[in-house]
Amino acid sequence: MIEVKKLTKWYGRTLAVDNISFHVKDGSVVGFLGPNAAGKTTTLRILTCFMPATSGSAKVQGFDVFTQSVEVRKRVGYMPENAPLYPEMRVREYLMFRAALRGIPGQQRRKAVDRAAEQCWLSKPESMMHRRIDQLSRGYRQRVGLADCLLHDPPVLVLDEPTIGLDPAQVREMRNLVRQLGENHTIVLSSHILAEVEQVCGEIIIIAAGRIAAEGTPAELRRRVTGPSRVIIELRGEQPETMAKVLAEVPGVVDVQHARAGNWTRLTVQGPEDDDLRPAVAQAAMQKGYSLRELRREISSLEDFFIQITYQQSMGAASPAGAEAS
Amino acid sequence: MRKVLTLARRELSAYFFSPMAYVVAFLFLLTVGMLFLWGLKVPFLKIRIEPVFRTGAESTLRPLFDVLAYGLVIVVPLLTMRLMAEEFRSGTIETLMTAPVTDTDVIGGKFLGAMALYLLLLAATGVFFLLVVIFGQPDWGVAGMGYLGMILLGASYVSVGLFASTLTGHQLVAGLIGIAILAFFTAGLYLLVLVLPGSYGDAISRANMINNFSYFPKGVLDARSVVFFITITAFFLFLSVKVLESRRWR
Repeated sequence: MIEVKKLTKWYGRTLAVDNISFHVKDGSVVGFLGPNAAGKTTTLRILTCFMPATSGSAKVQGFDVFTQSVEVRKRVGYMPENAPLYPEMRVREYLMFRAALRGIPGQQRRKAVDRAAEQCWLSKPESMMHRRIDQLSRGYRQRVGLADCLLHDPPVLVLDEPTIGLDPAQVREMRNLVRQLGENHTIVLSSHILAEVEQVCGEIIIIAAGRIAAEGTPAELRRRVTGPSRVIIELRGEQPETMAKVLAEVPGVVDVQHARAGNWTRLTVQGPEDDDLRPAVAQAAMQKGYSLRELRREISSLEDFFIQITYQQSMGAASPAGAEAS
Repeated sequence: MRKVLTLARRELSAYFFSPMAYVVAFLFLLTVGMLFLWGLKVPFLKIRIEPVFRTGAESTLRPLFDVLAYGLVIVVPLLTMRLMAEEFRSGTIETLMTAPVTDTDVIGGKFLGAMALYLLLLAATGVFFLLVVIFGQPDWGVAGMGYLGMILLGASYVSVGLFASTLTGHQLVAGLIGIAILAFFTAGLYLLVLVLPGSYGDAISRANMINNFSYFPKGVLDARSVVFFITITAFFLFLSVKVLESRRWR
């Protein structure tokens, strides 16, 4: 369990994290989503005791990250961005070193290394374990970093941008791996790619300009996005204003806007929430004998939502994260 | 303590994977060998050191140690500059400091690792001492004191070098800072004494590392010097821990 209360971090005169509070339940996989420099890494670094917060508190598994730092470190596996490793060491040598650092007793070290390596699919060709780290591909290096996190079998994993810099196949592997680990670990990971967080995480915390812009399950967030239903229709037949008036009379329609699209008129019909206006709108157009070129329901993606709220935040707009996507 | 040793072992083995250590060791041993066989003559600086290994010479490594005390001002920072600077540069500091180890463990491990390499280098000079043993009758007590002095001097040099390495993420800068601090405590203070009047000069020359060291190869065990080197070492290790701690607050 992770409990963060009013966490704030200043770097000199720059505010990196601004009064963040959140809660991560045991066994959940939470994604920190935000553009670069939003404060994701800073938050994770505070959670993993790499640096202290300026104010506020954070507890991991009931231990305070500042006053009980060593206890927290024993219970957290942290993979920093880019998984920094010692390039001159060999994989097994590195993992054995890390196991010793984590206080795993001598007899159990080998076992712990083998288990972690297997979990991260590092052990398949045995030769992999004897390779020098600087000769490994990015994907493998990332796996070594992850194996390092798993050595002491921590209940909490903190992964900073686990897929950054990987090729698409490696990204998919890493995601599967995280999903698999999520079955019996509490995981906090950060990413700036929405699709990734959406696939892997049960909960998303969107962070922008040091603040939490939105949080919830992917489904909850999506509901906020696709709030009122909107239908886009392109027609030809009468003056735009007349056609707009006709559509406005369709039952359930709240608002109609029109714009020219070449010889055609493009109308945006706003309806109530969770109601599909397409059949009614099409029928109204048919009755008037308009020619119809396009008819679709506008579903703004979570991606739009993400971009929009992070954009709002970074522009300093005070308005709450709205659901309307352009 | 076990973690300190784990860290120290990794540090020592990392030396053997980096070309720097080999280059420095090569130059170090080459210099020692040349001094031993041929001595050193720099006429315009009025430096004249007779070869250690010659007939009729005192069977001791003392002249060698006297030169090494200055030579190590450059050699040791080159060996220690990597210690922390490389961790900062490559980002491994993050994995290191989020493992359940304290700042003191890290500094202690780095110090012992570098110290182990220094002792290996020093042990290599044993070859020359062996020749002295074979061809002369050295005073074992004096030789032992010489080596004790080299160990104490080395420890304080390594702690200064390590401290310099905690200050920056650039190895070369760390090396230069280390050399500068050591140069100040040796040649710098020597020059300062020439400028300042009597009583100040006396106090300052007591802070000179070389002065404190010079008793040892003569076979004199001066408790003040032993305490001096232990204090210097402890002080710079303490500073290193504090700098490492303070880095997190930035």
